[in-house]
Amino acid sequence: MKIVVLVKQTADTEATIVLGEGGKAIVQSNLKFIINPYDEYAIEEALLVKQAHPEAEIVAISFAKPSAKETLLKALAMGVDRGLVIDDSGLENLDSLGTAKILTAAIKAENADLVFCGKAGIDDDNMHVGVMAAELLSWPHVNVLIKLQVQGKTAIAEREVENGEIEVYEISLPAVFGAHKALNNPRYASLPGIMKAKKKPLEVKTPGDFGLKSEQLLSNSRVFIAHYELPPKKAPGKIFKDEPLEVMVDKVVTLLRSEAKVI
Amino acid sequence: MRILVLLEQRLGRLKASALEALTIAAQLSNKQEANVAGLIIGEGISGLAAECKDYGASKIFCCDAREFAHYQVLNYSAALSAAIREFSPDCVLGMASPLGRDLFARVAARLDAGLLSDLIAVDHEPQQGFLGGKKPLYAGKVIATLRFQGDGLKMATLRPNVFPPQQSPGAATLVPFNCAVPASGLKVREVKKGQSTTLDLTEASRIISGGRALGSKENFSILFDCAKVLHATVGASRAAVDSGYASHDMQVGQTGKTVNPSLYIACGISGSIQHMAGMRTAKTIVAVNTDVEAPIVAIADYTIVGDLFKVVPLLEKRLAEY
Ligand SMILES: Cc1cc2nc3c(=O)[nH]c(=O)nc-3n(C[C@H](O)[C@H](O)[C@H](O)COP(=O)(O)OP(=O)(O)OC[C@H]3O[C@@H](n4cnc5c(N)ncnc54)[C@H](O)[C@@H]3O)c2cc1C
Repeated sequence: MKIVVLVKQTADTEATIVLGEGGKAIVQSNLKFIINPYDEYAIEEALLVKQAHPEAEIVAISFAKPSAKETLLKALAMGVDRGLVIDDSGLENLDSLGTAKILTAAIKAENADLVFCGKAGIDDDNMHVGVMAAELLSWPHVNVLIKLQVQGKTAIAEREVENGEIEVYEISLPAVFGAHKALNNPRYASLPGIMKAKKKPLEVKTPGDFGLKSEQLLSNSRVFIAHYELPPKKAPGKIFKDEPLEVMVDKVVTLLRSEAKVI
Repeated sequence: MRILVLLEQRLGRLKASALEALTIAAQLSNKQEANVAGLIIGEGISGLAAECKDYGASKIFCCDAREFAHYQVLNYSAALSAAIREFSPDCVLGMASPLGRDLFARVAARLDAGLLSDLIAVDHEPQQGFLGGKKPLYAGKVIATLRFQGDGLKMATLRPNVFPPQQSPGAATLVPFNCAVPASGLKVREVKKGQSTTLDLTEASRIISGGRALGSKENFSILFDCAKVLHATVGASRAAVDSGYASHDMQVGQTGKTVNPSLYIACGISGSIQHMAGMRTAKTIVAVNTDVEAPIVAIADYTIVGDLFKVVPLLEKRLAEY
């Protein structure tokens, strides 16, 4: 069994975002990168499947700069067997469908039986790539996965929707699964895991290695980011303290009605 | 410019957000009714078409059959793709709901379309049509302006509660629409009902949320009581969820839900960067906190410095007087 985990590196959740001149880009040099938090659940789920299928090989694939090897090392330390970075140099502005096309080519080359990814990247929060890859592969998918039981060639998968409602699917494999937070508890890399990770295969390839042409991908890219801006700063609010609670509550309720007009 | 709008229904009820999307479609079409059509997918849903007839569309396709009783992405993709072939729109709009986001990504890949998700603003020019829109990135720390390029199909989902629905005179006609579903390796076994009867957090216009300070699952009942009076949905911080005080679908924030209510009341929530990522666009924010230095105070419109266990019941009592 071959399991592919799609891993994205994202800016640390605490990161301060600085814009380049004219809002044309986000300054990358000051950013600390982490594994997209949802991808950690994807990695953990792959490791859990492997526990039941010890012959399985897990490959983590990231479409990113070669420096993302650092990030993939963390996946290897958690227990992933092999890492692959597909160099995005020159393709930074590719849309999510273009990204999905590249990852699909890699998934096919790996002959994967199962693909895990996070339900979304916390940076652009699109929920695109995993679902699009499933379509390009003609596989079914379940995104926002909160429970999975693999049983031979099929699986029972639970997807969280809204109002606490859960859709339960019977899904045939191969398939793509997008991990949500309730799926499992990602393990921490152990010290021996970290040592071993350094010896595991960690390659860098290009889209060309999968027969894809950058110019063609770019000319088929259908959306792009034209501009970035920081959100407008809010005016300071009103603070009520050191008064009897009833009085403060009354004032705020009155303001919600007369000033904010929300009740 | 021709626009097809997916009008989402859930449990046989048209979502309020469906009318928001139709309103935007009417604007994009320069009020050319003939160029706007809606699509409702489900079972026993044809009656819903009447509810959207006055929002600037000429037709409402109703894909009403057994196979569509529950959302199943491959069946719904078949229906949406077929309706796109039938109406041949330049642009397809839907809502950034769990269904809309899942379905649109699948269909965009199938039709090699450009897809923008979760837009909070839509840009259009009478000549060039639908240009793109705005979307928060990095948990709301940046707003990006996104643009379509090339002449492929344009698809977009809109964030609920952002675009106020507006009626425009019209009389959309119901068009029954049949579509075969493919055999597929995906079967809905069951849909487990959620417990709550209120609106989902992502669609709620009022939310009252609790943090670590609530201290227990039982204590969350004071928020539920207050929510009942306020017609609000109850949310939680991750600390409250991870401590087992609140169920995980109640989490607001970077690894929870992004919400956009007109009123957000944060009780005993410090306002971490990750929490604020999910709620900073709320129109009005109220903080109830014992600590005036808590970061949430900096983005709150109104702060009550005090013990939530005393403030919340008073709030409930005061609101009940209205
Ligand atoms: C990758 C990552 C993702 C994350 N995603 C999320 C997310 O999606 N959502 C999220 O919420 N967090 C998220 N977090 C966690 C986040 O960093 C904070 O730990 C969390 O939000 C804190 O929750 P809290 O405000 O309830 O608790 P605390 O930070 O402990 O705050 C409790 C607050 O209650 C106040 N208080 C105490 N007693 C009372 C009282 N009696 N009355 C009134 N006020 C009182 C205190 O003054 C304090 O401000 C994430 C963290 C990471 C690393």
